[in-house]
Amino acid sequence: METALKSGTNQSKESPVIVIEHLYKQFGDNIVLSDFSLSLRKEENLVVLGKSGSGKSVLVKCVVGLIRPDRGSIRILGKDLLGLEEDELNELRTKLGFLFQSNALYDSMTIRENLEFPLLKHQVKISEAEMEARVMEVLENVGLEHTIDMMPSELSGGMAKRIALARAMILRPDIIFYDEPTSGLDPVTSREIASLILEMKEKYHISSIIISHDMACVKITADRIVLLLEGKCYAQGTYAELEQSKDEKIRQFFK
Amino acid sequence: MGLVLTMQLRPSLVLYGVESQLPVMVGIAIVREIGPVITALIFAGKIASSMGAELGSMKVTEQIDAMEVSGINPFRYLVYIRILASTLMLPILTILGDAISLFGAYIGVNINSVTSLNLFFTQVFRNLSMGDVVPALIKTFFFGFAVGLIGCYKGFNSNKGTRGVGSAANSAVVLSSVLIFVIDLLAVQITDLLGLN
Repeated sequence: METALKSGTNQSKESPVIVIEHLYKQFGDNIVLSDFSLSLRKEENLVVLGKSGSGKSVLVKCVVGLIRPDRGSIRILGKDLLGLEEDELNELRTKLGFLFQSNALYDSMTIRENLEFPLLKHQVKISEAEMEARVMEVLENVGLEHTIDMMPSELSGGMAKRIALARAMILRPDIIFYDEPTSGLDPVTSREIASLILEMKEKYHISSIIISHDMACVKITADRIVLLLEGKCYAQGTYAELEQSKDEKIRQFFK
Repeated sequence: MGLVLTMQLRPSLVLYGVESQLPVMVGIAIVREIGPVITALIFAGKIASSMGAELGSMKVTEQIDAMEVSGINPFRYLVYIRILASTLMLPILTILGDAISLFGAYIGVNINSVTSLNLFFTQVFRNLSMGDVVPALIKTFFFGFAVGLIGCYKGFNSNKGTRGVGSAANSAVVLSSVLIFVIDLLAVQITDLLGLN
């Protein structure tokens, strides 16, 4: 059953920055995504909700080109992702940020080097002063200026998550993907990260796709929720709309 | 290496009364074969395993994916530079290894007799030709390339989990060591065909 609850938000007013149509992905006999479609509007926080192993992370990795889907189309910022050459894809990726579930900080580099690394690779002409200002700006955003010369191994889980968010922000992306941003964190830190996601959206007018099954985080961050079940978009709507649904498959997430 | 080889060779040479040829034999053996191959095998043990484990660990912790999604080509940053470094560094290490081995051989010769350093090295170098030195040096570039390539390949293609990292490091050493012997065999055939042996 595919239920599409119509969202009450201003969908038609905003142009989509990501359009995914009829996406299929299969690993062996395991069909992960089956005719999955969604669109993300400008400055929207879209949460993809689903059970563990439902294909949420596969979906987001398909969208950034880490996994190639079997069929379907993905348009990001007007470009057909699957038709791009490697250089074009890398160019597009500078407009995307990605917060990994495991943070994926470069463990042989200090926090400063982690943050400077994308700048050095993409903005060759950036001066030292500009780079320092950018690094300090993102660190101030996450409230961790004092960690600048620390190694990732010296950080707590919550701090590492914030630094990973700072790194995702360093190139001033148009779209950020958050893969389970609060997994493994205590409820207080989870709320702080969720609030930070909202702050980033408001401050930099970023569009986001947030993969999560942490309902507290979903409630804080979501403008719209897409429920991914059995590889399909089972339902979509605002938090309030889905919370009031009578469908048992939807209700189980809101108990 | 040189010391042990000298001590092993001496009894046979004494038996045939050609002990004076010891520096020549040891020198040729070290420069042509033992120096490049042993150095390459030690290099494979240290560098291929380190590359396999380091890149494997980066793969498992999604650091390579992080590089890719930020638009940085991980091959260019992580692989090319490692392969280039190992290709260029192994010949230098081999020269260093040969020098240390020859010095070890000099010590070995002096255990049972007295030979001056000058006389020993004069004997060694007088009997070495370009045909001994150049092919031996050229093959070390190929050994270095193979070690870098296998180390990076195994690391990049390691399976998920810490077991995958260990397995990548282990198989990088085994495969690159086997490849060193295969390249060595090919090098001998080619130098034979070119009449350099």
